[in-house]
Parts: sequence; structure tokens; C-alpha cells
Amino acid sequence: MANAKEIKTVLFGPVFANNPIALQVLGICSALAVTTKMDKALVMCIALTLVTAFSNFFISLIRNHIPSSVRIIVQMTIIASLVILVDQLLKAFAYDVAKELSVFVGLIITNCIVMGRAEAFAMKSAPGISFLDGIGNGLGYSVVLMTVAFIRELGGSGTLFGIEIMPLVKDGGWYQPMGLLLMPPSAFIIIAGLIWLLRTYRTEQVEKA
Amino acid sequence: MSSNNDSISKTLIVVISLCLVCAVIVSTAAVQLRPQQTANKLLDSQKNVLAVTGLLSGSDINALYNKHIEERFVDLNTGDFVEKPANYDYRKFMKNPEESIRLSGDEDVASIKSRANIAPVYLAYNDGVESGELSAIVLPIHGYGLWSTMHAFLALGADGSTIKGLNYYEQGETAGLGGEVQNPRWVAQFEGKKLLDQSGAPAIKVVKPGNASADSAFEVDGLSGATLTSNGVQYTFDFWAGAKGFAPFLAKVRDGALNNG
Repeated sequence: MANAKEIKTVLFGPVFANNPIALQVLGICSALAVTTKMDKALVMCIALTLVTAFSNFFISLIRNHIPSSVRIIVQMTIIASLVILVDQLLKAFAYDVAKELSVFVGLIITNCIVMGRAEAFAMKSAPGISFLDGIGNGLGYSVVLMTVAFIRELGGSGTLFGIEIMPLVKDGGWYQPMGLLLMPPSAFIIIAGLIWLLRTYRTEQVEKA
Repeated sequence: MSSNNDSISKTLIVVISLCLVCAVIVSTAAVQLRPQQTANKLLDSQKNVLAVTGLLSGSDINALYNKHIEERFVDLNTGDFVEKPANYDYRKFMKNPEESIRLSGDEDVASIKSRANIAPVYLAYNDGVESGELSAIVLPIHGYGLWSTMHAFLALGADGSTIKGLNYYEQGETAGLGGEVQNPRWVAQFEGKKLLDQSGAPAIKVVKPGNASADSAFEVDGLSGATLTSNGVQYTFDFWAGAKGFAPFLAKVRDGALNNG
């Protein structure tokens, strides 16, 4: 098992320094789809973090036995099984949330972060540290997703986690919601804004022109 | 070791055993969790029926449902009550060619392609089923909006025309725009309106937002920023209040079908 410093890098590095969405621009498909409401986004983050962590763990366990010619298929099989498991559990124990998320849980299978970490990290590292790498990347994904969801839900519906913060005009309040924030393109604009902020602060992330 | 990994026999062994393990895990989960999932679905549907009649209070949904709601089945072609068919599942029957009719282009105003021959209706009794005092008739309706099929329960008074409630419980419209069909403030406008006019024809009109006249018994405001979803609601009402929908049943309700059992 690796030392404490390495664990810290693996676990928290992906949050800001090496964020899967902001730096690698992976997995933004779901960042567009499930960020209109914070509660939806939160469940999605938890589901993705668990899937990434466990798929990393299992792939790393059998990494020395995976034939390189079929490694992507092997990874996909493990990831898909885990995603189905998460979907089934959600339907059994959190039915309302499962109904809201509908197809997006299933689409974790195609999320580039899960595949990306399996291929780039879990295939070369021990199970324990791979598991942490999955959690770390899940956290990085979650930070961006929750930030985007915060802006979109507050600006678009005047609520946070479904609780009214700014009463809407149509409900007799004063806030005229910004319809654009509820449309998928707004997530592009917000993510681009976040990337800009992050790269202004951490200039080493700027790509050479 | 790694050179070994790429031999045909090793590849086959790894792939086949992995598939077996994954298949066992996935199917065990699916089978073990199914009773819980079915119970959730049923509970959800019961909750939605109770919500549209305004009877939803407290957390014991099952007891509340059994006390207040009577589930009956209607042959949509004749409008008569029928026995519950074997293996009945409304959503499955809708798509089964033997249990449904295909709708031709101009019949299919709500873009639902086919309609089941037998639909469930829910009779609600405020004072409990045994009181026999019918308070509402709940009809399941659905129709296509902008992106998705929108499913709703519509509660009518015992006259079979006065709307007592509307509850869109399943839809995939744009959140915040078309998704507002679920907004309680929006659906509240339907309360007290008349589904049918004097001659028994569908009469609800979803008009441009802000243009509904307060005196009209038929007009409701559409959703702002969601014209196509509003149209979908209009078509859903047109279809289900029409001859291919619940019109034959509602005609019998007006003639007192529910008074003599």
C-alpha cells in the first residue's frame, strides 16, 4: 500500500489540480443532463463515484489476468454489471429518485471518466489505491456537477434541493427565472466559465497555444 | 506472464468466467430486488391516485388506498364495467395488439399510436368505500408532449364532467418549462372546469398563457415557454374525452351507471 502522501494526491488531486471534467474535459455529457436540480445531481454523483471506485477496484484485482486484446470489453463488462446493480438498488430503495434520473443512471456505463480511469489507472495499479483513485475522480466530477447544478437550479428555478430560496414571479414572488439556465446549453457555458476560472488561478493548466 | 495472457485459451477462460460471474451477480440482484421494486411501483401509483383526489394524507398509503379507492375496469369501446382481465397490466395491454386497437392518423390526436381496450378507473369515496357516496372518478390519461409521453390521472366529480384534480405523475419534458405540467399551481387551474360541454363533446381549451378568461368553464392558461407541451396537454384531453377515449364510459356515468352498482 502506498504512503500517505501518495494517497492524498490520488484522492484529492482530481478535485482541482487534475479535475476530470475541467482539465481533461471528460464525462461532460451527464454534466449537461442531470444538473437542473441539485438533488438529482447529488444522487448521480454518488452513483458515479461508487461505480468508478468499484470498477477500478475489480479491474485492478484481475489486471494481471486480463488479455490485452480484449481488455476494453472486459472493463466494459465489469462497469456495465456495476451500473445495472446501482440502477436496481436505486429502483428498490430510492424509487422516486430512480424515476427522476431514469436513463441517466444507465448512461454511467458510457461515462468517459469510468472508462478513462479503468484504462489509465486501474490497469497499472494495486486494488487499494485504484479504489481511492475512483473515489477521487468521483469527487472531482461531483464538485463540478454540484457547482453547475447549484447555479442552474438557483438561477433557473429559484430553489436549492427543491427548497424555495427566491420566490418566483409566477408563484407570487419577485424573481423572474432565467429559462436559459434550464436548457442543456447553459451547462456548457457554466462549465466553460469554471474552466476559465480554474485556469486563471492555476496557470500551469493552460495549454500552450 | 503477460505473454501467456494473450493465448487463445487464456483469453477464453478469462472472458467466459468473467461473464459468468457478472451474469450471476446481475441476475441475482434483479431477482432478489424485484418484489421490492414491484411494491414500489404499486405504492407510487396508489399515491398518485390518492393525490389527485385530495385524499393523500399521512404515510400509510396502502391503508388509505384500500379505505377510499375502488379499482374498476372499463371496456373503452362500450363504456361498460368489465371483470379484471387475467394478468392485467395497463401499460403492457396498451402495446399488445390483441388487447388494444391501433389508432389511425386522424384518430390519434394525442400521438399514442395504440389504445388498450380495457382501462382501469378508480372510484374514490371520501367517507370510505363502504359508504357508497362516490366523490370522484379517476381516469388515467396520457399523451405525447414535446419530448415524452406524459402520464396523468384526471379526477372528475360524480357528474363525470367537473374536473376535481389533475396530476401529471410521469413526464420527461424540459425541466422548468414543459416540466411545469407537474406544478401544483398550474394544474390547480383545471379544478372546477368542465371536461365536456353540454353535448358531451371534449371542451377543455388550453389557451395562450394569460388569455384564459376567468368566467369560462373550459379555458385554462397554457405554460409559458412551453407551447408544444401545452399543445400536448390539449391533445391528451381531446383524445381521452373523445369517442376513442372515455366518452362512452362518461356518457354512461351521466346516465347513472354508477348509481345502480
